Amino acid sequence: MSPAPTLYRGSDGMWMWFVHRATGVAIFFFLLVHVLDTSLVRVSPEAYDEVIGSYKTPIYGLVEAGLVGAIVVHALNGLRVIAVDRWDWALRHQRALTIAVWVITAIVMAGFLPRHLGVVFGGH
Amino acid sequence: MTAPQDIKPMPPTRRHKVQRWWWLFQRVSGVLLIVLIFTHLFVNLMTGDGVSQIDFAFVAGKWASPLWQWWDFAMLLLAMLHGMNGMGYIINDYASRKTTRTVLHALLGIATAVIIVLGALVIWTFDPCPVDASGALLEGVPSFCEDVL
Ligand code: HEM
Repeated sequence: MSPAPTLYRGSDGMWMWFVHRATGVAIFFFLLVHVLDTSLVRVSPEAYDEVIGSYKTPIYGLVEAGLVGAIVVHALNGLRVIAVDRWDWALRHQRALTIAVWVITAIVMAGFLPRHLGVVFGGH
Repeated sequence: MTAPQDIKPMPPTRRHKVQRWWWLFQRVSGVLLIVLIFTHLFVNLMTGDGVSQIDFAFVAGKWASPLWQWWDFAMLLLAMLHGMNGMGYIINDYASRKTTRTVLHALLGIATAVIIVLGALVIWTFDPCPVDASGALLEGVPSFCEDVL
């Protein structure tokens, strides 16, 4: 008999739980900043355009791409969590659903990244 | 062997009910946010010129329509409450001292309230055609302001 495991070594569920938590926190702090920068429209068009202008630089372009990815993963995994809580079928197919989360994320990002990075780096 | 006994569930306390409500809210708001956020990202980053189109005139064009005002308001409210509740779970998991927890929950509540109130004021008091002291339109306003003035 193998000894009872004393150290959690992770599994799909544990990893996804961590990914969900990390992306949730990242999105929350981004949202605080995003409301503050948008509030500059109430200061003046100039103030807003200047700050938003810095979001169009390559560095921020990459950060935005990361945030969009984080939202996509969090949203799809959120649906997985809801499904697994609700339906036996989903509970039995946890692993397939986890793979589906990543596959759909990859597909969405494959549609988004060329477009977004083309605008940020290509200037069109 | 004795037959399994029914265990009488504890009568739900008020605290229980509040927690259940938030648990359900986390799920319902999540599903609604998918529609709100992905439309927001698509319209702002995929259509037109993508991120490079975003400036004051772009925002003014959107908020000229009550649809986008309500859209953004709903997104603000639901995302902040969903995020607040989610961050609250995380605080409960990691902050073991009672005072630490209380302080963090208070900060979270204040930050959430400030952002919701600020965001709502910005959406609902927005002026697409601001003018300077002499009454001339400021630089960067959308072109439709010329007709309005
Ligand atoms: C786009 C649609 C979204 C969906 C479908 C969604 C779904 C969910 C669900 C179902 C949970 C509960 C997970 C659980 O109980 O195990 C959750 C947790 C959370 N969400 Fe979201 N969410 C979305 C957007 C957001 C946004 C915009 C934010 C930030 C403002 C956010 C921040 C969080 C946080 C911080 C948690 C707590 C994570 C934890 O307890 O580990 N979510 N989300």
